[in-house]
Amino acid sequence: MHSRRALLATAASIAALPRAARAADPLKVAFVYTGPIGDLGYSYQWDQARLALDQALGPRIATRYVENVPEGPDCERVLRDLAGAGTGLIFSTSFGFMNSALKAARQFPGTKFEQGTGYKTVSNVAEVNIRWYEARAVCGTIAAMTSKSGICGYVAPYPIPEVIMGVNAFTIAARRVNPAFKVRLIWVNTWFDPGREADAAKSLIDQGADILATHTDSPAVMQTAQARGIHAFGQSSDQARFGPAAQLTAIVDHWDPYVIARTKAVLDGGWTTGSLWAGFRDGLLVLAPYGPAVTPPVRAAAEAVRTGIVSGAQHPFAGPVRDQAGTVRIAAGETAPDADLLRMSWFAEGVAS
Amino acid sequence: MMLVPLLATVMTAATPLALAALGELVTERAGVLNLGVEGTMLVGAVVGFAVMASTGSHTLGVLAGCAAGIAMSALFAALTLPLAANQVATGLALTVFGTGLSALLGQHYTGRTVAPLPRLPLPGLLHQDVLVYASLAAAPLLAAFLQRTRAGLVLRAVGENAEAAHQLGTRVLRLRLAAVLFGGAMSGLGGAYLSLAYTPLWAEGMTAGRGWIALALTVFGAWRPWRVLGGAYLFGGIEVGGLYLQGSGALHVPPQLLAAIPYLATVVVLAWVSAGGAARRLAAPAALGKPFRALG
Amino acid sequence: MPEFRLERRAAAPAWATALAAPASALLAIAAASILFVALGYPAGPTLHAFFVEPFETLNGVSELALKASPLILIALGLVACFRANVWNIGADGQFTVGALCAGAVALAFGDAGSPAALPLMVAGGIAGGAAWAAIPAVLRTRCNASEILVSLMLTYVAGLLLTAMVFGPLRDPQGYGIPQSRMFADDEALPVLFGGTRITLGTAIGLLLPLAGAFWLRRSVAGFAIRAFGASPAAARFAGFSEPRTVWLVLLLSGGLAGLAGCFEVAGPIGQLIPAVSPGYGFTAIIVAFLGRLDPIGIIPAGLLVALSYVGGDLAQVGVGLPRAATGIVQGMLLLFPLASEFFVRYRLRRIVASPVVSAQVVPT
Repeated sequence: MHSRRALLATAASIAALPRAARAADPLKVAFVYTGPIGDLGYSYQWDQARLALDQALGPRIATRYVENVPEGPDCERVLRDLAGAGTGLIFSTSFGFMNSALKAARQFPGTKFEQGTGYKTVSNVAEVNIRWYEARAVCGTIAAMTSKSGICGYVAPYPIPEVIMGVNAFTIAARRVNPAFKVRLIWVNTWFDPGREADAAKSLIDQGADILATHTDSPAVMQTAQARGIHAFGQSSDQARFGPAAQLTAIVDHWDPYVIARTKAVLDGGWTTGSLWAGFRDGLLVLAPYGPAVTPPVRAAAEAVRTGIVSGAQHPFAGPVRDQAGTVRIAAGETAPDADLLRMSWFAEGVAS
Repeated sequence: MMLVPLLATVMTAATPLALAALGELVTERAGVLNLGVEGTMLVGAVVGFAVMASTGSHTLGVLAGCAAGIAMSALFAALTLPLAANQVATGLALTVFGTGLSALLGQHYTGRTVAPLPRLPLPGLLHQDVLVYASLAAAPLLAAFLQRTRAGLVLRAVGENAEAAHQLGTRVLRLRLAAVLFGGAMSGLGGAYLSLAYTPLWAEGMTAGRGWIALALTVFGAWRPWRVLGGAYLFGGIEVGGLYLQGSGALHVPPQLLAAIPYLATVVVLAWVSAGGAARRLAAPAALGKPFRALG
Repeated sequence: MPEFRLERRAAAPAWATALAAPASALLAIAAASILFVALGYPAGPTLHAFFVEPFETLNGVSELALKASPLILIALGLVACFRANVWNIGADGQFTVGALCAGAVALAFGDAGSPAALPLMVAGGIAGGAAWAAIPAVLRTRCNASEILVSLMLTYVAGLLLTAMVFGPLRDPQGYGIPQSRMFADDEALPVLFGGTRITLGTAIGLLLPLAGAFWLRRSVAGFAIRAFGASPAAARFAGFSEPRTVWLVLLLSGGLAGLAGCFEVAGPIGQLIPAVSPGYGFTAIIVAFLGRLDPIGIIPAGLLVALSYVGGDLAQVGVGLPRAATGIVQGMLLLFPLASEFFVRYRLRRIVASPVVSAQVVPT
């Protein structure tokens, strides 16, 4: 087993990296993406972190990425190819890759894996996730203060806890500002289909929404908001160029500090497995600059929410919170524990779906 | 009230389907099955967008999308007509090729946006762009061409029985070439509509299966231009209508079921239409998919 | 202006048949190297990573087999369909439903597992795929509805059905709401045949079943009926073969094989149900069937070639950073060149010169 790995590594380095011979073995760091880096969303932001890593650690590392990798056997093969080629650290960036990463990790104990969203860890597979709901609470606050109709349209991909958590954090925050605020939800059943996302956005606008939020990957929702003269929140990356007047702010994934810190840990020999669910405070979650439609009082309120979350003075899921049926889900004076958030399957009061 | 914007959204959703499906209809009526529509649309989308982004001219962008579609279908024609390669396999391979080619060509155009195709208001409900009108006009024009012109008659004859048409002095391959290139041009237009009007941006794989739907629509519409156009609007209508119902909060069905309705509806309508007395009249062109060689 | 005329060869010469595939593959590789250089990647290392590296190690070869196996299994059923002029292009849906049924059987056993699990999963996979193919069969034989359209539409429905299931009843209750089933227990998974690889019994069956298929298609009465309907439906009917029965036969066969492939995929390398079990296997298998000239033996090298385009493409991404998009183009060329070469096997081009003497000239492939 060991000799075959060595063989694979030799073959790959001869074939691929003639420069590997001249430097003192830079650490190979690889990134595996579920989408194309041209998605301008989730995979794009991960690749931005890779580029930042190149900048930060320069000659000590050599980065590589593989994009458009389907879940399942193909993903496991790519991970094994990478590990076999002597890659020391692999960022496997989709929750659908988790079991493949665990299987590959068992076979290549010398390679360290960083699983971008997931829940299982072993000695050479660590896990990282972002508390996107914190940013959605800020967006909900801005939405309720900016909207005239009191209705926000929300384009949602699939009913998984991550998405439901975001919808609820947004709605709860909005209703703290305007208790009559409503969120209309459309499930588009895809992470990426610009046309369908635009259609969903249009139908939400036609039904009275004057603010749009989305959890899907393309900039089509922002573009539609711009074309129809209303406002929207960007997803994953700053989408101001698709909606210079429309964008209120954008929820930006900022994996850079984590990627750099973990790579340094491998270089220094101090890497250990772990599980991190990071938010504003850790710098993995940032907001794009507020757009022109965010007035000074709105900005102040948004910043108050953000700094409140950072300091711990407030929590997006602090009770009392009722669900659609009016049942109290989080009692007054309590906040939902992380384990509940990660399993969330109910919708907060104010979500019309 | 809500009906007017709903109709407008349906029109934009139906237009790329209608353009590509009407083009494929002509190709198939000449007896050639081109399964490369999805790949052709993608190349049309990226080339149209790239030219528009570089020149700022919508006209040039649309024409370039069209030309890219023609180039893709010319590749298909070169293999399937004189070389008589299998059409099903060649079409599928063309889609694989086009998907890769469009991604490569588009590498430097992701993250950019262009001004959407300008709209031309017409009396009544319409306030759409020129390609929407083009797709609406294409159906009657094609119907008239196929039914009332000599060239249309010859085209249908080639699709029904290429040997007989050849015996009567028709240049079968030349005619099929023209039909395939027309189909490519329309698929390219459909792709350019996506990247220049529907959502004015380029993103990899942005057709998201619309080329396959267009192929299905030609069968669904029984190779008749009006029916194909109607099918495109029905398909777009069900899809967009489902989104509206969801947004209204009036509907509580699993989203997967909702998404499956257009496909299930197509199957049901097809079974119903095929089983009726009209079955013979609605049959496929008899020579569809069969290569033709004029041998000495 | 010289004129050319096409001539059908009386019989495809053995040398042309034998040469066409490797020659066209070489041409495709030559075109690919031009593409690599044009994109600024060194031709040598890129070609090596793409086309040689997969063969250099046991792991690489096993991965080729793993990727080719479901393609070949599906293509085998499609060969029977296409030979009979039945255009099942919805094998992807049949694969998906087969995987879903096999997975549902496994999950029904609970965490305890049972030795009966695997055989029942296989039965469930075959039954699921065949049932999904029975829909176009019944609509074609009863309503005369085009099986092309019905099977294609049902592919989308199958994908949505699987998604609905892994988002709903089959979701792992311990899985934090992530749309996946639990991992299958050892009893519910195909054992790996060679340590360190991912090859299972299913992989081997996929690679070897075409041999039995070839025998069946050539020697059995049913195989003869299939070929008869492909060659001349009127003559086949005259000979007393039933067309509806043949349509049913080939659709159930290809659906069952696709379902079996789906079962092997989830019971093998995937090991659980996930929202999308097929990266387009059913469509790729159509190309495999045609690259293999609709011959059960031919689809084995064809399937391996297509698998190489995936495995090698990923290795080129890993090794030299070749973009995924370029891999797609190479895949397209690997498919288009052999399709074109087929022509030169069956035809030859004669140049007609002014003199009465006609000089024969075979265009090399």
